Amino acid sequence: MKTFLWIIFPYICLTSFILGHVWRYKYDKFGWTSRSSQLYEKKILSWGSPLFHYGILGVLAGHVVGLFVPESWTNDLGISEHRYHLVAVSLGTVAGVATVTGLVLLIYRRRTTPSVFRVTSATDKIMYPLLGIVIALGLVNTIGVNLFGLGGYSGGYNYRNSVAVWFRDVLTFHPSAAPMIGATWSFELHALFAMLLLGVWPYTRLVHVLAAPVGYAYRPYIVYRSRDAQGASRLPRRGWERVDQRVSVKRGRH
Amino acid sequence: MRVMAQMGMVMNLDKCIGCHTCSVTCKQAWTNRTGVEYVWFNNVETRPGLGYPRTYEDQDHWQGGWERNRRGRLRLRSGGRASRMMRIFANPKLPSLTDYYEPWTYDYDTLISAPAQKDIPVARPISQIDGRPMQIKWSANWDDDLGGSPEHTIDDPILKKISKKIRLDYESAFMFHLPRICEHCLNPSCVASCPSGAMYKRSEDGIVLVDQDRCRGWRMCVSGCPYKKVYFNHRTGKAEKCTFCYPRIEVGQPTVCAETCVGRLRYIGLFLYDADAVLEAASVEDPTDLLEAQRSILLDPHDPAVLAAARAAGIAEDWLDAARRSPVYDLACRYRVALPLHPEYRTMPMVWYIPPLSPVVEALRDTGFDGEDGRSLFAAIDALRIPVEYLAELFTAGDPQPVKGVLRTLAAMRAHMRCVNLGEPVDASIAEAVGMTADEIEALYRLLAIAKYEDRYVIPSAHVEIAGQLDELPGCSVDFESWSPHGGQGLGGGEPVPVAIQTFNLARRRAQADRFADLEEEQMKGES
Repeated sequence: MKTFLWIIFPYICLTSFILGHVWRYKYDKFGWTSRSSQLYEKKILSWGSPLFHYGILGVLAGHVVGLFVPESWTNDLGISEHRYHLVAVSLGTVAGVATVTGLVLLIYRRRTTPSVFRVTSATDKIMYPLLGIVIALGLVNTIGVNLFGLGGYSGGYNYRNSVAVWFRDVLTFHPSAAPMIGATWSFELHALFAMLLLGVWPYTRLVHVLAAPVGYAYRPYIVYRSRDAQGASRLPRRGWERVDQRVSVKRGRH
Repeated sequence: MRVMAQMGMVMNLDKCIGCHTCSVTCKQAWTNRTGVEYVWFNNVETRPGLGYPRTYEDQDHWQGGWERNRRGRLRLRSGGRASRMMRIFANPKLPSLTDYYEPWTYDYDTLISAPAQKDIPVARPISQIDGRPMQIKWSANWDDDLGGSPEHTIDDPILKKISKKIRLDYESAFMFHLPRICEHCLNPSCVASCPSGAMYKRSEDGIVLVDQDRCRGWRMCVSGCPYKKVYFNHRTGKAEKCTFCYPRIEVGQPTVCAETCVGRLRYIGLFLYDADAVLEAASVEDPTDLLEAQRSILLDPHDPAVLAAARAAGIAEDWLDAARRSPVYDLACRYRVALPLHPEYRTMPMVWYIPPLSPVVEALRDTGFDGEDGRSLFAAIDALRIPVEYLAELFTAGDPQPVKGVLRTLAAMRAHMRCVNLGEPVDASIAEAVGMTADEIEALYRLLAIAKYEDRYVIPSAHVEIAGQLDELPGCSVDFESWSPHGGQGLGGGEPVPVAIQTFNLARRRAQADRFADLEEEQMKGES
């Protein structure tokens, strides 16, 4: 069971994450969008969306530091576990609260605005609860366990000795379930649900994260493109919602 | 000098009767789909009026287009790259549906499925956005023909600019129609705003398009465009815009809006321009100099130096020939009667307008004067400040002089042609007053009044080397039955021939024939 949860399952999810994106890019570029609903409603969105997105970017930064920087590196820099923990918990709490507030506003908006709820797809209905669970568990870890000492970890739980080691081992293809033994339940669940989220990621609206317009900072303002480069006209591709009937071409004599 | 070709359009506003045929045919062709119910690539506005979306010209609010900063450099009015990226999660300057209008349909089914009852069943309006019954409060042309004025008209951003000085009272009321499509600008701020690089200007003909596969729905183009001519498809999550009917243009046919224009007021042709000079021209300090700056980068297609540079840039000979015969170049640069819409946005728009003389003529006639007399018209153009100032705010960044110049030319043409038509001796001083000769005036008259289909639309086809890609109906060429190793019936070699090419000559004959009988005769000849 441990082998399945901490070795097989993560690889299934990560493979799905990568191959799913490749597949989506190859066959559904047209469906690759943030699917904004701002045209329908913008009052709640103008608060909820920036709160959520800036929050989640902070959370992402925290995860990059927490998972990829081994404890030994910060020790070498003379940063004690206690000080590291203090900074991580305080910044994490701010980012986490912003994220959750934003998400609650966005889900409330999605449910109560008829036009927005009308365009909520089946994948949204799977993705939002999953995202909500992952974020809620993350907040339990940061605030519950590490701030208030839930589960008897009065000094906070040192995930850098366990979860982070396991995660790095998975990514470097030396997987081992051992570092996760003894991890507290909320961290375990958070990691598992996060893996599941990564697994379904490419099939949901979350693909827009990989469309982050980084290149915009470097390109010239005006883009010219030649007609020749576009190639022959293509058949209409599948979008996230069918907007028209495919034109069936009459057969016979022309 | 880097010569590039640009498809341009000129609309003669005196001829627009506001029938909305262009809007309707455009909608049928392009935006007759879910997600773009509220979208009109072509719309016709009554001016004075709020426009569509409402008050889109108020750039203090919407912040579209470019501005010149203190160091004399152009930047997007909505801010630098970084500051706009900070606002990507909730674009504050995106018009909401209420600024356009909430599209609706009617519950027609009630009319036939309602049970027998005392009252006649009514088809209620149903929102196409949330599917619920709704109150219709606004549409794309709610203030058509000054409907609801002055209640609505008072909020016209252009009127606000000039009515600080003069109030628009009933006596001085004037009205004209303004058909609008995408401007296909030389310096498009929508393209510059697109974070994904999905929007581009085609290097062959300057048409501005959205790559639907690369658009990620960030909506920055919608706010970046000061004319609000990029729209967000709320179902596909992608930006869409006027395509200048490129599948038709590529085979030499005019756009749908131009083809179906009842008043025949649209002209389509080529401009040659110097792409290296665009930025400098768009950055001139005084906004009232922008009109001349814009004209200055358009190159004379008769100039041998320009032709040589164009050939060096790979522009084909038939395109250069089309540029020489271009009605839009003649109207904008030779006769200088066409003006760009809102040059102060610094996007170098390529849809030009001949401002209407009719408000002046009507005012003159209403006061008992002769509406076709040259001198009365000249005097009226100088006296009627409100219409002229209004037109100046639309076409010349507020400078009344160029507008007056155009109106005087149109007035001179009117007076001159009356002499000709009535067989009276021609008063040479009329033409002289606007710096033209009688021949020039008559040539302008022919172009504006009686130009035939092939004179109004001088559109070179895209190149034969790539004709295999030409296809009016995407995807259908490969579906032809004749596409088989044995060759099909009906088509010679079994090669797929795109429908557009196949029907091109027929369509052209149909469009250019003066009478249906001519066409039938020709067909008879062809068959025998």
